[in-house]
Amino acid sequence: MPASSNETKSKIATGPNAPGVPKTDPIIIADNVTRHFGGLMAVDVEHLEIQRGIITALIGPNGAGKTTLFNLLSGFDSPNSGKWSFDGTALAGIPSFKVSQMGQVRTFQLTKALSMLSVLENMKLGAKGQSGERLWSSILPWTWRKQDDEIEAKAMDLLARFKLDTKADDFAASLSGGQRKLLEMARALMSDPSLIMLDEPMAGVNPALTESLLEHIVDLKKHGMSVLFVEHDMQMVSHIADWVVVMAEGKVVAEGPPSAVMKDPAVIDAYLGSHQGTDLGVVTGRIDLPDLSKSKGSK
Amino acid sequence: MDFLGILSQTASWILRPETIAYALATMGLAVHFGYGGLLNFGQAGFMLIGGYGYAISILSLGWPWWAGILVGIGASIIFAFILGLPTLRLRADYLAIATIALAEALRLIVQSTMLDDVTNSADGLGGYHEGFRSANPFPPGTYGFGPWTYNEAELWIRVFGLILLGLAIWGVWALMRSPWGRVLRGIREDEDAVRALGKNVFAYKMQSLIIGGILGTLGGVVLVLPSAVVPQVYLPSLTFFLWTILLLGGAATIWGPVLGTVIFWIVYSFLGLFLPEMVNAGWIPGVTPSQMGVVRFILVGVALMLIVIFRPQGILGDKRELSFNARK
Repeated sequence: MPASSNETKSKIATGPNAPGVPKTDPIIIADNVTRHFGGLMAVDVEHLEIQRGIITALIGPNGAGKTTLFNLLSGFDSPNSGKWSFDGTALAGIPSFKVSQMGQVRTFQLTKALSMLSVLENMKLGAKGQSGERLWSSILPWTWRKQDDEIEAKAMDLLARFKLDTKADDFAASLSGGQRKLLEMARALMSDPSLIMLDEPMAGVNPALTESLLEHIVDLKKHGMSVLFVEHDMQMVSHIADWVVVMAEGKVVAEGPPSAVMKDPAVIDAYLGSHQGTDLGVVTGRIDLPDLSKSKGSK
Repeated sequence: MDFLGILSQTASWILRPETIAYALATMGLAVHFGYGGLLNFGQAGFMLIGGYGYAISILSLGWPWWAGILVGIGASIIFAFILGLPTLRLRADYLAIATIALAEALRLIVQSTMLDDVTNSADGLGGYHEGFRSANPFPPGTYGFGPWTYNEAELWIRVFGLILLGLAIWGVWALMRSPWGRVLRGIREDEDAVRALGKNVFAYKMQSLIIGGILGTLGGVVLVLPSAVVPQVYLPSLTFFLWTILLLGGAATIWGPVLGTVIFWIVYSFLGLFLPEMVNAGWIPGVTPSQMGVVRFILVGVALMLIVIFRPQGILGDKRELSFNARK
């Protein structure tokens, strides 16, 4: 569902579409966040705001620092300098599990399904504030049984939504790669996050499942969540994102609604290259296509 | 060859203080490794703390026997913190290195002459039995039958050990079926994923290390109840026997450590009696009985390899685990 870009544009940004433009209702604000590994500057973001209640895509070529930025924002890595906040709370020095408890839940590029736990157990692990997870009450089942049943009901609902309910009692290891992606997303939803960060949710997923994954992501927004996701495929991004942030060499080089960003010459140079919209076979010279201009135009 | 005698002696190992002690300590390893994925190669250290904590409290401090057990538990909690605080934030391998090193350090410390008046260095400790024996509820007499015939003192040790083991089994079962156990098993699979779900992974690993350590300590107490504290018992090979037992029975199972211990002691004691007898009977020429006795260590090693290769989930482990080739 391509959002009507003119309408959302006016709601999201308070200025022109430039890197670091302030948003009307930001959920994440990052200032001068840098992270370097040895001599390599992996992330160097001057200012970035992520709007609440919309789907924001983070794109950029390999090595642009997207995943590093993800790790910094979710507390899995700490920056060398800078400050950043989530929902008005400064996050410097806050461990990742507390960031998650605040309502910012992430998934991983390499799926982390807990293989030797059942699908249902995976889901139940996602719920927040379980009294049975405290050591002393854990051996007194009457203190957590009722809550656990409620969590199980919620988990089964979510599994049904993601069409995994028939797999509930199987080990997560028995799921296919795409199903694991779904499970990881569903598990993250168990905590009712206000912001869900998906690191390449579509990587390694077959086209049929991609469609349903996209629907699920759009669904998240309908349920009132903010979504930030990393993706490579511009087609997908333009289909579901309301706002696109483009990174290259650690910096934010452009941001704006998808339609505008894709026309931005800086983006085309940095990321899409001169072969945008061309069949990969043509680029590599393996397929000879005489009317190259035509195929470009059709895209 | 006195085959019946060998069988009878072997059968007695089903219910010995050593058997109960190993089962307790292996339950501890199950909490560490089977459920939590923590590589503890120093369970012998926790057992040492149990044995020495118990004996020293009675001999040097003059405290009652039950206070000796509590001292051992307290000391093992401190030991778990010393092990865990620096290593549990790091990768799993670092805990493994720290545990084996610190357990050996502990053994060398109690063996050294520096603490001679407390630990009696290499000679170990004895003569601390009065308190425990006076708490014996069984009147003097002979109990049991066949290989399992005990006097009242032997019976009391076994009953006490079994009570501890029963509590341990119940405790581990209650923990692992709870949401707490679910988090711990999740950490075993992938701690970053669990962290991303808002769980304090470090705290859970620390709790697991402490609980498993306490079980090791209780095993150490039961081990020294019958006779004496001998420092040479707490060699790294003790830890590796416990690992063999754990993998044999099934690492992530409640009854695996118990079943594994019983099988281990039956096989181990049978070989210890039978192999030298084979030499004495002239079946194997060219070796002495004591040389043949060492062969059982080789066989234990081979058994461990076979288990890991052909049945990594253990006897009682979930069959499905095998089809996914265990972890990673």
